[in-house]
Amino acid sequence: MSDILVVAEHAAGSLKKGTLHVIDFARQAAAKLGGGFDLVVVGPQAAAVAAQAGGYGAGKVYTVEGPAFEQYTAPAYAHAIAEVAAHAGAKVIAGASSSLGKDCLPRVAVKLGAGMASDVVGIGSGNGLTYLRPMWAGNVVGEVEITTAIHVLTVRTAEFDTVEASGGASPVEAVASTFDQATLKQRVVEFRPTVSARPDLSEAAFVVAGGRGVKSKENFSLINDLADALGAAVGATRAAVDAEFIENDYQIGQTGKIIAPDLYIGLGISGAIQHLAGMKASKVIVAVNKDEEAPIFTVADYGLVADLFKVAPELTEKLRKLKSQ
Amino acid sequence: MKIMVTAKRVTDPDARIRLKSDLSGIDSEGVEYKLNPFCENAIEEALRLKAKHDGEIVAVSIGGAEATTEMRRALAMGCDRGILVDGADDALDADLVARTIAKLYEKEQPDLIIFGKQAVDGDSNQAAQLCAEYLGLGQATFAAHPNGSAGMTGGEPGLAVADGKVTAMREVDGGVEVVEVAMPAVVSADLRLNEPRLPTLPNIMKAKRKPLEQLSMADLGVDVALKVKTIAFSNPPERKAGVRVADVDELLNKLVNEAKVL
Repeated sequence: MSDILVVAEHAAGSLKKGTLHVIDFARQAAAKLGGGFDLVVVGPQAAAVAAQAGGYGAGKVYTVEGPAFEQYTAPAYAHAIAEVAAHAGAKVIAGASSSLGKDCLPRVAVKLGAGMASDVVGIGSGNGLTYLRPMWAGNVVGEVEITTAIHVLTVRTAEFDTVEASGGASPVEAVASTFDQATLKQRVVEFRPTVSARPDLSEAAFVVAGGRGVKSKENFSLINDLADALGAAVGATRAAVDAEFIENDYQIGQTGKIIAPDLYIGLGISGAIQHLAGMKASKVIVAVNKDEEAPIFTVADYGLVADLFKVAPELTEKLRKLKSQ
Repeated sequence: MKIMVTAKRVTDPDARIRLKSDLSGIDSEGVEYKLNPFCENAIEEALRLKAKHDGEIVAVSIGGAEATTEMRRALAMGCDRGILVDGADDALDADLVARTIAKLYEKEQPDLIIFGKQAVDGDSNQAAQLCAEYLGLGQATFAAHPNGSAGMTGGEPGLAVADGKVTAMREVDGGVEVVEVAMPAVVSADLRLNEPRLPTLPNIMKAKRKPLEQLSMADLGVDVALKVKTIAFSNPPERKAGVRVADVDELLNKLVNEAKVL
C-alpha cells in the first residue's frame, strides 16, 4: 500500500510513454510524502501491460480486466479506478492530462469525495502537498490546495521527465471490479484513428509546426518535408486546423497538445496566446515569419524574418545534406 | 426537447492576462469580459438541435450581477431564458460549479446539458464530467466536428439526437471517437464543434425582455464549501530574449554550434 496511485495508460498491450512522466511526478510527490507509489492498469491486456509497468519502482501494480473494460468509457473506468484507490488506501490519484485522464478522473474525484487539480506542472515548495497549475492559457501559475483527504490530479506530461526502468518487478494484484455493465448509459460506436508514420507529437524531440501563413493544404507538404528531413513530428495551430490544412490531432495549444520538445520550429505562425500556451516550454524555439511584429518572436530563441515558402525548402535541403554528412 | 447550456463570464480570451505586482490576483485594469468561447459553441449547438427538434433552451451561469451581460448575450444568441446563480469566481471551484448545475438539473429536468469544455480563465476542464458523475449520467466530453468549423456547412453534425440518444464526435488522442449516450446526458463542447452565430440587433433587443431568473446558492440548498482553493499566484518562467538570424545558414549554424540541438 502506497499513498500515491498512478493511472497507467496503454494501447494495444503497450504502456504509453505519457505514464512514465506521471511516474516522475509520483516519485517527486512520494519523496515529499515519504512513501512510494502504486500503479493501476484498467482494460484489455492489463496483465501484459502490468508486466511492462512493473520495472519502474511501483510498490504494486493493480490490474482490472473484464468485458466492461474492453472499450474505454469514462463511467466504467472511473468506477474501477476509484475501487482500486479505495482498496489500495491511496491519498493521491494521478493520471496524465490526456484525453482519457481529463475525461475520466473528475468522475473518480466525485466517487472518492476528493478535490481535483487539473494540468499539474509542479509541486508547491511549502510543507503541505500543494500543486502548481497553469491558468489563463498559461499566463498565470496558480498554487492550489486541495482541502479533502484524497487528492485527484491530472499531470501535464510535458512538464515532467520520462523515467528509466529501475529494474526489478513490482508485484501484480488483479482486482475484481463490482462495476455493473447494465448501468452503463453510453457506448463507443466507432473510432477513426489519425494515421501517421511520423513521431508522436506529444513525445517527439523535434517538432515542425505550420500556421495560417502556410495558406493551403497542398502547401502543408513543405512543413511535412521539413519534418521528415529532421525526423520531427508535425504540429499546427488552431487556425491551420480550422482551415483544414491538417487534422485536429496535430493541434498545439491551450485546447490541443501541450508539447516541450528539444527543438520547435514554427513557420507562418503569428503566435496567438492559445498557441504559445502549448509550446513555450520547448527547449529551443525557432520562428520563421515574414511579419517581424509577429508575437511568436517574443518567445523565439532564433527568429528569422523571411518568407516561409523560400525558407522551408532551403532548410529542408540543407538539413538533408547535414544529416547525410 | 429541453436543453440546458452554460454561459460563463470570462476575461477576454485574446487578452494577455498579467498578475498584479503584489501577485494577489490578476490585474483586471483594462481587461474586458466576454462570454466563454467554449460556452458559445455549447449554445450554438443547442440552437441547432432546437431548430431540428423544437423545445426550449435554458442558459445557466454562476456569477455576480455583472454576469447578466454575458447572460443577455446568450439570450441574444437565441436561448429562451436564463438562470444566474449568485457566486464570485474566487469563491468557486469546479466541484461547487458542478454541484450547483446538478441542482439546476434537478429543478429543470432537461434532456441534455451542454457545457463549454473549459472556461478560459481557470482552464480546469472538469465541471461537465463532475456534474455527470453527481447525476449518474453518461457523458460525451470534447464534442467536436471532425471536419472543423470550416467544414460545418454539410455532412454529419458533431452532435445528433435520435431515439432518446445523443451521438457525438469526440476529439481524443489519436483520432476521433464516435460515442452514443442515452439521454438525459451531459455533453461538453470543444471549439471546433461549430461556428457560433453573432446575435443580430433585433435579437439583442428581444433578449432584454427574455426571463432571467436570479437565484442564490442558498435558494438551491448547495453547500458552498470548497474542495480546491487557489492559495497563491505566480508568473510563469520568462523566456530569455532570443536573437534574430539573417538567413537559413546562420540559423543552422546557431542550431548546431550554439544551441547544440542538431
